[in-house]
Amino acid sequence: MADLAIRDPHVSPVLVEGNPSLHEVTTDVAQIVEGINRKVPKEWYMALALTGGLTMILFAMLGYLVFTGIGVWGNNQPVGWAWDITNFVFWIGIGHAGTLISAILFLFRQKWRTSINRFAEAMTLFAVACALIYPLFHTGRPWRAAYWLLPLPNTHLSVWPNFRSPLVWDVFAVSTYATVSALFWYVGLIPDLATMRDRAKGLAQKIYGALSLGWRGSARHWRNYEMAYLILAGVSTPLVLSVHSVVSFDFATSVLPGWHTTIFPPYFVAGAIFSGFAMVVTLMVIARWAFQLQHLVTLKHLENMNKIMLATGTIVGYAYATEFFIAWYSGNPYERFTFINRAFGPYSWAYWTMISCNVISPQFFWFKKLRTSIPFMFILSIFVNIGMWFERFVIIATSLHRDFLPSSWGYFVPTYVDMLTFLGTFGLFLTLFLFFVRFLPMIAVSEVKGMMANEAMHSAVHGTAHGPDIHAPAPVSEPVSGGLHK
Amino acid sequence: MSVHTNSPELKDKSVYGVVAEFQKPEDLVAAGRTIHHHHGYKKLDALTPFPIHGIDDAIGVPRSILGYIVFGCGLFGLLNAIFMVWYTNGYDYPLVIGGKPVFAWEFSIPPMFELTVLFSAFGALIGMLALNGLPRFYHPVFASTGIECATDDRYLLVVEASDAKFDIEETPKLLSELGAVRTEVVAK
Repeated sequence: MADLAIRDPHVSPVLVEGNPSLHEVTTDVAQIVEGINRKVPKEWYMALALTGGLTMILFAMLGYLVFTGIGVWGNNQPVGWAWDITNFVFWIGIGHAGTLISAILFLFRQKWRTSINRFAEAMTLFAVACALIYPLFHTGRPWRAAYWLLPLPNTHLSVWPNFRSPLVWDVFAVSTYATVSALFWYVGLIPDLATMRDRAKGLAQKIYGALSLGWRGSARHWRNYEMAYLILAGVSTPLVLSVHSVVSFDFATSVLPGWHTTIFPPYFVAGAIFSGFAMVVTLMVIARWAFQLQHLVTLKHLENMNKIMLATGTIVGYAYATEFFIAWYSGNPYERFTFINRAFGPYSWAYWTMISCNVISPQFFWFKKLRTSIPFMFILSIFVNIGMWFERFVIIATSLHRDFLPSSWGYFVPTYVDMLTFLGTFGLFLTLFLFFVRFLPMIAVSEVKGMMANEAMHSAVHGTAHGPDIHAPAPVSEPVSGGLHK
Repeated sequence: MSVHTNSPELKDKSVYGVVAEFQKPEDLVAAGRTIHHHHGYKKLDALTPFPIHGIDDAIGVPRSILGYIVFGCGLFGLLNAIFMVWYTNGYDYPLVIGGKPVFAWEFSIPPMFELTVLFSAFGALIGMLALNGLPRFYHPVFASTGIECATDDRYLLVVEASDAKFDIEETPKLLSELGAVRTEVVAK
């Protein structure tokens, strides 16, 4: 095994550890779904009981809201937008890391994305599902929301949605984002569903067979498939940048000091990627440990994600500084007041929580020792999740709570319904995740194997070293012959 | 052309083709290239667990035309968005809001962009499936032994019986010479 030390410089040996064969990679991932000895671990049921309970709380709170009215939330003048939009932006932002990994890193040919993209894309879908609850339910009558949000001919209103409003743009951006993310995810799943089909028996085989649409892995399939994947990555890249830009327009096109700034779109996009990577790290650290995937999701993957958090966290810190500079430089007294009030007013506790979590904490990732320490990155990623929630809360609540007239000043306090609804969305998010890891391969097996085979082929062609023998075991199904099928 | 000796029941017309198993992608590409470019076989296919670079060229699979389909879909989405905004806000029920014009391209950009992306993405998925002839739950190669390895770690080369050069005796022999560890004739 001495020759493994010298390998092709294009090959990053830490992306897959322990030189498993291709068959072992398939088995390692598929076994999680199939269950070791076809049995589901009882920890899964325990986790589901907990997250399912939280989801029930969410449904109860939403039911209470529908029957009572949106007055059950703490929103009121002057803070008319509060936790509902904070949580909406928070969840949408989380999703952005998934699309960044699946689309942008694909276009940049970042091989390390292959082990984590499926997982991160699933996170995107579930986060967007949680986010969509808020715009739907803040209408109070979600069954009528379609008429208000989409240009459907109707006799309820007789008028159409106003396309000059960024809120309508938001509907288009977020619903397109949810749909395209789901399509991209499904396209990526098709070959792996076929793998699951070929390993399964009975009902599972029929279900995976139906979902994989009869995929054979033919060269003609792959050629169209790769083109479809490239196109989806190509359209998702500007899409993900547009989604949070449009979300930021909800604020930036208003005339409110603290919201009305041109840096919002890039600032929001950087923050979204920052928070999304933090959530991927939080969940991935747990999942790779729980499902024994340390050889496929290596420290290198986690370190790369931490580097992205460092970069985007620094961009976010720079954006905070720019906002303050512009508030001072504009000479506008309202603008200046808003920012001084943000840092030293009644919500200063929220502001400094945000600064500590988002600006200071990622700077620890400059040190290699810290960004490769699993307990440290886990704790830090949770800090970033908290910090990014506070960022949205600070932007929304502190800009609203001291209105232009001091007689209209107020202080927003959430109700228990606000809090339990938010808690419940975590339950929904994690429940969907548990179903995902239980029923679908959480690592893109065909992509990981393709990467391994290409690297092995590459090192063989260049003669730099004998790559690991990834084609090692697995008996030939029949002896060499021209015989017929049985 | 005679019927294979081992299988009196399998007549020429009921043969779909030969499936040959290779253990490494580079063996598959080399065999495919030889049989296509040197021996002149044309009706070839490869079944692999992941896309193999160089196989398209080796067995003569042309470039995908999906890009043109998606471009059409994207354009259709864009035109839809322009029409939607103009018809609803500018023509059917114009309302003056904030002194802004009832229709202008500037505020139509977000819906225009989003619908272009949305229609392109559907075009990419549905176009890919349509070009691949999917969903199709039955295919003759599914009957071959060890087909389940083609989504795991084996590489299969398929030579269809409809190929002018196909011979039920010679083709499997040739494939074995080219490095196949196993060959098998499959029925239609």
